[in-house]
Amino acid sequence: MGKLNILTRGFIRENPVFVLLLGLCPALGVTTSAINGLGMGLATTFVLVMSNLVVSIIKDVIPNKVRIPSFIVIIASFVTIVSLVMEAFVPALFKELGLFIPLIVVNCVVMGRAEAFASKNNPFNAIIDGLGMGLGFAFALAILGGVREILGSGSFFGIPIFEGDGMLVFVLAPGAFIGLGYLIALNNILRKTIE
Amino acid sequence: MDYLIIIIGAVFVNNIVLAQFLGICPYMGVSSKVSTSIGMSGAVMFVMTLATIVTYLIFNYILVPFEITYLQTISYILVIASLVQMVELVLKKVSPPLYQALGIFLPLITTNCAILGVTILAVRPDFGFNLMEAVVFAIANSIGFALAIVLFAGIREQLELSDLPKGMRGAPAALVVAGIMALAFMGFTGIV
Repeated sequence: MGKLNILTRGFIRENPVFVLLLGLCPALGVTTSAINGLGMGLATTFVLVMSNLVVSIIKDVIPNKVRIPSFIVIIASFVTIVSLVMEAFVPALFKELGLFIPLIVVNCVVMGRAEAFASKNNPFNAIIDGLGMGLGFAFALAILGGVREILGSGSFFGIPIFEGDGMLVFVLAPGAFIGLGYLIALNNILRKTIE
Repeated sequence: MDYLIIIIGAVFVNNIVLAQFLGICPYMGVSSKVSTSIGMSGAVMFVMTLATIVTYLIFNYILVPFEITYLQTISYILVIASLVQMVELVLKKVSPPLYQALGIFLPLITTNCAILGVTILAVRPDFGFNLMEAVVFAIANSIGFALAIVLFAGIREQLELSDLPKGMRGAPAALVVAGIMALAFMGFTGIV
């Protein structure tokens, strides 16, 4: 498999949110605006790249039976690093994302890539895979956040697009579910046309 | 805080799935049949209550006195993972019928963010729960989870039979249904 293929498949064909339906909790929970979605996506990307790298380096040392707990400890360490760094440098975003930062630990995307890819491939490919999947995740979150922000508050990345208040429901919980539902349907149609 | 307010707040107003977006994976994953969703709810209730008791004690009597609360995430997930393993072993030995019913759901629970989320929320300083309130909070949240997932499974069983446009079949239609349910639950806002 080509390196470019590993890097790009996370965007449309194997997008973790739109196609694999992984990591839906943060995808729904933090995407009230495009910037929140992107911030969450990038934090997850960092954890994904680093945990993929470490898992792939020590994959031969870890006994098969305790590999899942070991992966969890590796992932949790990087999540702790991310949350401390974010609290120090972007406190506003950290507060906005709140509970979902520590919850990166149980994001199935991170665990899934460690188990399905990093534990079977060399460190370089593992980094590329982590980067591709992570950016695909960030891409999905930014799109969902963007759609909800435009419809809900009439702005995009904080820049006002039209006058008025927008449809409040898209900023609230129901808008997350409905928005994601239609984006997945759109992605389904898009993939069919490409094939 | 009054127990009743905690219960109504967690079950209806701040429903863990439909308002806080925790536990979406099992919500989408094991909600195709009412019977499996009831099994999952039972397992979640069991583990969530136990995990909240254990992590509450660890947080207040180990992490806080030693000023190592930044280890919260890593210690909680380890506690939850080992707790799930232990529950599985004990159930297998003590109550085979219960193990039969909940067994296949237990491994899934380790990565269920509802559990980790509730255990973290239960020790939040602005709630200021004591142990009993934390336990009530955990039970109420698991009831909220059960309510959301069982209702959803009932709707999805009907949804299977309906004729939908191709792109909307499966997950997209289910998510739109979940959105409408969330809309309905918003009606409870302001009760407490």
